[in-house]
Amino acid sequence: MSKSPEEEHPRKAFGWAARDSSGVLSPFKFSRRATGDEDVTFKVLYCGICHSDLHCIKNEWGISTYPLLPGHEIVGVVTEVGSKVKKYKVGDKVGVGCLVGACHSCDNCTNDLENYCPKSIQTYNSINIDGTKTYGGYSDLMVANERYIVRMPENMPLEGGAPLLCAGITVYSPMKYYGLCSPGMHLGVVGLGGLGHVAVKFGKALGMKITVISTSIGKKQEALERLGADAFLVSRDQQQMQAATGTMDGIIDTVSAEHPLLPLMVLLKSNGKLVMVGAPERPLQLPVFPLLMGRKLVAGSCIGGMKETQEMIDFAAKHNITADIELIPVDYLNTAMERLVKADVKYRFVLDVGKTMTPA
Amino acid sequence: MSKSPEQEHPIKAFGWAARDSSGVLSPFQFSRRATGDEDVKFKVLYCGVCHSDLHCVKNEWGISNYPLLPGHEVAGEVTEVGSKVTKFKVGDRVGVGCIVGGCHSCENCNNDLENYCPQSVQTYNSIHFDGTMTYGGYSDIMVAHQRYIVRMPENMPLDAGAPLLCAGITVYSPLKYYGLCNPGMHLGVVGLGGLGHVAVKFGKAFGMKVTVISTSPNKKQEAIERLGADAFLVSVDQEQMQAATGTMDGIIDTVSAEHALAPLIGLVKTHGKIVCVGAPEIPPQLPVFPLLMGRKMVGGSLIGGMKETQEMIDFAAKHGITADIEVIPMDYINTAMDRLVKADVKYRFVIDIANSLTQA
Repeated sequence: MSKSPEEEHPRKAFGWAARDSSGVLSPFKFSRRATGDEDVTFKVLYCGICHSDLHCIKNEWGISTYPLLPGHEIVGVVTEVGSKVKKYKVGDKVGVGCLVGACHSCDNCTNDLENYCPKSIQTYNSINIDGTKTYGGYSDLMVANERYIVRMPENMPLEGGAPLLCAGITVYSPMKYYGLCSPGMHLGVVGLGGLGHVAVKFGKALGMKITVISTSIGKKQEALERLGADAFLVSRDQQQMQAATGTMDGIIDTVSAEHPLLPLMVLLKSNGKLVMVGAPERPLQLPVFPLLMGRKLVAGSCIGGMKETQEMIDFAAKHNITADIELIPVDYLNTAMERLVKADVKYRFVLDVGKTMTPA
Repeated sequence: MSKSPEQEHPIKAFGWAARDSSGVLSPFQFSRRATGDEDVKFKVLYCGVCHSDLHCVKNEWGISNYPLLPGHEVAGEVTEVGSKVTKFKVGDRVGVGCIVGGCHSCENCNNDLENYCPQSVQTYNSIHFDGTMTYGGYSDIMVAHQRYIVRMPENMPLDAGAPLLCAGITVYSPLKYYGLCNPGMHLGVVGLGGLGHVAVKFGKAFGMKVTVISTSPNKKQEAIERLGADAFLVSVDQEQMQAATGTMDGIIDTVSAEHALAPLIGLVKTHGKIVCVGAPEIPPQLPVFPLLMGRKMVGGSLIGGMKETQEMIDFAAKHGITADIEVIPMDYINTAMDRLVKADVKYRFVIDIANSLTQA
């Protein structure tokens, strides 16, 4: 007979979880494993709310198992390290992103691409090697293998840095891999949300010209004046889009709502690259002629490996980049989720776990 | 009043052209320009029949101007060179492919990518800088700027080498650009026609494992025994396709008939690349999730620049690679076109211009 979440591990833990696909989150008692030789345990101070958390608690991808405790932009302070852990010590500021395990022997793992390992274990809604479920960061305590721990730099505010652990690496990884990271290049960013606003900041730090492409004219002033984008295209405005034909070296598309690819492909120069980091549920139409005529490509990317996640965090710290956040107490969680459905946040909610997550 | 094709240039020329979108070709008197300072004039000996010729004579892309004289796999012997031509001399064996002009000042031209120049002039059905129509290689003589002349190596038979000028470069360029050219890699080739069969030969010469993916099981023996492919997948056989999931580093898709991309995305490994060189009229469906989950990409490619065309020809000569051809007399061309509609050729028709293109 399998043990309950409260009993399966030796250490008491507390968090907020969804019990069914209504997605409503509520207090949840569970347990964490003891700190293994290669583990790091930390007290959670903050956890970012990623749109994926919303998709998952509502079982929109059909893969959710309940109770589901989300959160994969987790930061805090180390309270215990295993005997073989050398890189971290008690008191260090650390974080965990979307992954907590992988096989460590396949080609991808060997190349520091744990995110593409076919046996990767996600921070929540996944099965650990010991057969138990993984529970994420809307909780007071995290334990993870040191390979999946990220050092949060001293000069980086923890609450603003937390969202980078998913949103940050999700845009940083493809910008590097697809070579959309050199000074002077022109990068388009589709969608100005959690991912998009970080892409704008990274792009500017890399010395690129940034054009935001959005359906909402209301976001224009913010994009240009506060985030530092160089230009703003309203995607429904045919004239604006036409005028920008063939001007971009690449586009990072963060939008998961269904939308046409052709207008974006037209914006690319020859040899241009359209990188999807948001995944529409249904297949999109791919116009092939423009791909051929301009040697263009459409590609995907999914978070990043641990080595590049650390690299991204250090890069962000060096350029004083953090996410723009709205800090919320735990009991605002369900309201925040409702607002997230309407994209009513600039641009990431972050749960103040340290101060507000207390057992009933 | 603009001059007729016969009168617009000083040198008499003769060929076969289509007069309307029935696509029927017939004798056509026209003229070629005098050999300019940087021009090379050659007597045409052979011209390959590319599927694009068929698309064009029937105006399937809606851009055809009649009379339309096709042919962009043109090989022959130099008869005259302009005063500034240093690379070629009378008697040299040369060829011309799909392009005969470009702006020579844009970024693409400066990077030896004349094929992506927005002002590139095609070998036929295009407008020269002097305002006259370009006429292709189903004709007795060709005059072209030396930049667009390819040297045909001594050890390469001209008839079987001619198709490489389009089919060859069309697969070679993306194999190099997308990095699908290293020993030990596994390449899939979709479609076993003019392009596909050359891709198999190049793939084997690069030391790759090559799997042909085709709808026709009856091409299997040929593919493996004669062309040297390592494996053959019947794309409509779910079991075979399933068994090959995640095994290929890349796929060259040569098919322009409507077909699904999703199964191909499944065949490539993580970081795998699907390159489209055939252009389906109806945009295929692109499932985005698999692109993200595996960091996969779909890219396009269109012929190649002149420098890499020469490189490709030299590579082919070094490895003893030519196209598999059926040599035909000029007056067989309409029958050949009918057979080409049914893909009834192994794998390229080549017109024996020198021996069969005679004035009425």
